Amino acid sequence: MSDQTAIDRIGEIVSANHIVLFMKGTPLFPQCGFSSRAVAILDRLGAEYASVDVLQDQEIRAGIKAYSDWPTIPQLYIDGEFVGGSDIMMEMYEAGELQTMVGAES
Amino acid sequence: MPMHAEEIERLIRAGIPDAEVTITDLAGDGDHYAARVVAESFRSLSRIARQRAVYAALGGRMGGELHALQLTTAVPD
Repeated sequence: MSDQTAIDRIGEIVSANHIVLFMKGTPLFPQCGFSSRAVAILDRLGAEYASVDVLQDQEIRAGIKAYSDWPTIPQLYIDGEFVGGSDIMMEMYEAGELQTMVGAES
Repeated sequence: MPMHAEEIERLIRAGIPDAEVTITDLAGDGDHYAARVVAESFRSLSRIARQRAVYAALGGRMGGELHALQLTTAVPD
């Protein structure tokens, strides 16, 4: 059920925010270990980011997987581009690449 | 139904023939795994493309019956 409205809404969210994390739960109360790890990485970097709790919106939860052609959540977007899930975030963090990306505007 | 570690390894090897696969059962519950996949064929691929290759090898199970797989990809030293 990834209809066009969900895809359009996701597109708007992604373009309206420099950094946005689609996750299960909230940064304060992540509802899954992978989302928790994604939040921990962004917080460690001191990044300012928007977050979307997919558990509160089934349309977005299904739509985000189609939007990026990526089967899992969390998903990080920076400047409208899909960056990856928590494993890729961790690899990029360890390689020092994510620091540059999240700080690009500051 | 949780998947067995051997099955995950077999699927990844079948999809990426040059892959060296190490599976760790993180919680000992047969449901939360870490997979490290090392393949020469990853060398020219982006991080996203490497993970997509592994997901493709798992044939749509990722995010479904296989919900908790921590995935690391690398190229041989």
